[in-house]
Amino acid sequence: MQPMTTEQIRVLIARGKLKDTIFQAIGIICLAVGLLVIFLLVSDMLMRGLDRLNLAFFTEFASRRASQSGILSAWVGTVLVMFVTALAAVPLGVAAGIYLEEYAKRNWITDIIEINITNLAAVPSIVYGLLSLGIFVYAFGFGQSILSAGLTLALLILPIVIVSTREAIRAIPAMIREGSMAVGATRWQTCRYHIIPYAMPGILTGVIIGLARAIGETAPIITIGALTFIAFLPPVPFSATGVEGVSAGLFDWVMSPFTVMPIQIFNWTSRPDPAFEVNAAAAGFVLMGMVLSMNAIAIYLRYRMRKNIKW
Amino acid sequence: MSANNASDLHQVSDRLAHNAMRHFSERLIEALLFAAAAVSVLTTVGIVYVLVSESIQFFQHVSIVDFLTDTQWTPLFDDAHYGIMVLISGTLVSSGVALLVAIPMGTVIAIYLSEFANGKVREVAKPVLELLGGIPTIVFGYFALLIVTPLLQKVLPELPGFSLLSAGLVMGIMIVPYIASLSEDAMRAVPMSMREGSYAMGATKLYTAIHVVVPAAISGLAASYILGISRAVGETMILAVAAGMQPNLTWNPMEPAATITSYIVQVALGDLPHGSIGYQTIFAAGLTLLLVTLAFNIAGQWLRRRYREAY
Repeated sequence: MQPMTTEQIRVLIARGKLKDTIFQAIGIICLAVGLLVIFLLVSDMLMRGLDRLNLAFFTEFASRRASQSGILSAWVGTVLVMFVTALAAVPLGVAAGIYLEEYAKRNWITDIIEINITNLAAVPSIVYGLLSLGIFVYAFGFGQSILSAGLTLALLILPIVIVSTREAIRAIPAMIREGSMAVGATRWQTCRYHIIPYAMPGILTGVIIGLARAIGETAPIITIGALTFIAFLPPVPFSATGVEGVSAGLFDWVMSPFTVMPIQIFNWTSRPDPAFEVNAAAAGFVLMGMVLSMNAIAIYLRYRMRKNIKW
Repeated sequence: MSANNASDLHQVSDRLAHNAMRHFSERLIEALLFAAAAVSVLTTVGIVYVLVSESIQFFQHVSIVDFLTDTQWTPLFDDAHYGIMVLISGTLVSSGVALLVAIPMGTVIAIYLSEFANGKVREVAKPVLELLGGIPTIVFGYFALLIVTPLLQKVLPELPGFSLLSAGLVMGIMIVPYIASLSEDAMRAVPMSMREGSYAMGATKLYTAIHVVVPAAISGLAASYILGISRAVGETMILAVAAGMQPNLTWNPMEPAATITSYIVQVALGDLPHGSIGYQTIFAAGLTLLLVTLAFNIAGQWLRRRYREAY
């Protein structure tokens, strides 16, 4: 082979560098597409829905007339369902995470639980809807209620809460446990007074990300048969019901029919009348606001945590 | 000394009683924590039980051969046909379109972020990707129907208002963050010494990325693609909103079609009585969906083991 001249080598290097530059440009373009999609989506929904984004939109029920429709039952439903979801998913997920990190022995039962959690994270969300249609709605008789929906979403985000709890616990050095046990604390006391408080920011981040995911989930809630048109609110505890002299119990709202933000949006986008698109845009903007701000809080928390932790 | 013996004994037995109590409550807490961890296994058992038991009833009416070979899906008509291939074709075409977008884009972003971008770009890009991944799918459905379809119709005038193409494209954008972040993690795990070896031989960054880093991280890349496929196959709302819900045996992305998931949504929106054959179809469809995702996941785990490189 002929040895290359300096000139030829320079050409070769220049060509290699050019390819690097071109690839970098492609990479930046791909990233920009992601950013562009977010920007396009938010600005389109804002421009289309701006007229409807006033106070009345939040205090009116859905209506047959697009211009008088609001999201009152939808946002109340979303808040209540999220409350049930958090109440179920947080204790269960944190307890499961603590068990797997602090208590579980290395045996086949633990292996099954771990493999199972990994696989559950890959199960399509609509399958959770079918599960809860069969179990919560019919077998347990909860019906198409806030309780069924909240528990469905709790099961859906359980893997997220468990994994983030485990990661937060794993970051705590062993000397903390040793110190606690050396002064006579039991395993649970060590968890209660040391592990859980120190893991709290990490757990919180996971919970927020999980809830942000749950708030936008539509398919499982449609599958359990949530209604798309609701013009009333769940009963407020101890308020008067229609029946004379009977007031609603503390937990009556849990069994109430409901609708949530994503279902309301779906309902409005699937109507042929374009006037409802404006409502869908406005409601979509509100939902995006909820989800993005929850995600932003989680990202900020994680950033703070990474800076503050010094063992 | 002897005078104190009685009270000493008393103290010791107190302490033993205290110890026993402590021991008991420790065991109780461990049992509770284990129960929480077992909920995830119960979820899987519940999913399999519900899907299989309802599907068994379904298959008492419909033979499996018909289910797999019939070319029509009209379970709610008088002349009922149950050919799941109709729904599977819609699912595969839309997932195919999504992956054609998501795999190249996700891989390029991952290579760019792990090999080219400096710390500052990464600090900005990763949260942006995370936000993109956190957008509710119903909002992506709105995006596909009201923004992407009209844009595509300017280029392809014959595109109908509902199509697998626009739903698939948006699904691809939705999956990009998952593939990008998992692939990037895999590539960052490749030891620096391998890159240094390549640079020392005079290779450019791009050459090193493609010929050294990507082959070394191939099992992680495959895992991220498999997760992307699972997401695409299980995605519901984008398709329910933007792909139309007519069953249509087609391999052409320019047509509207129903998928397994959007069929479940369509039935759930209607008012089918519990226990009817129409009600059971959604469980048979759900079981098919679960088996398809399971098949991809098993293939993914096999690929990972086959091509795993350990350093």
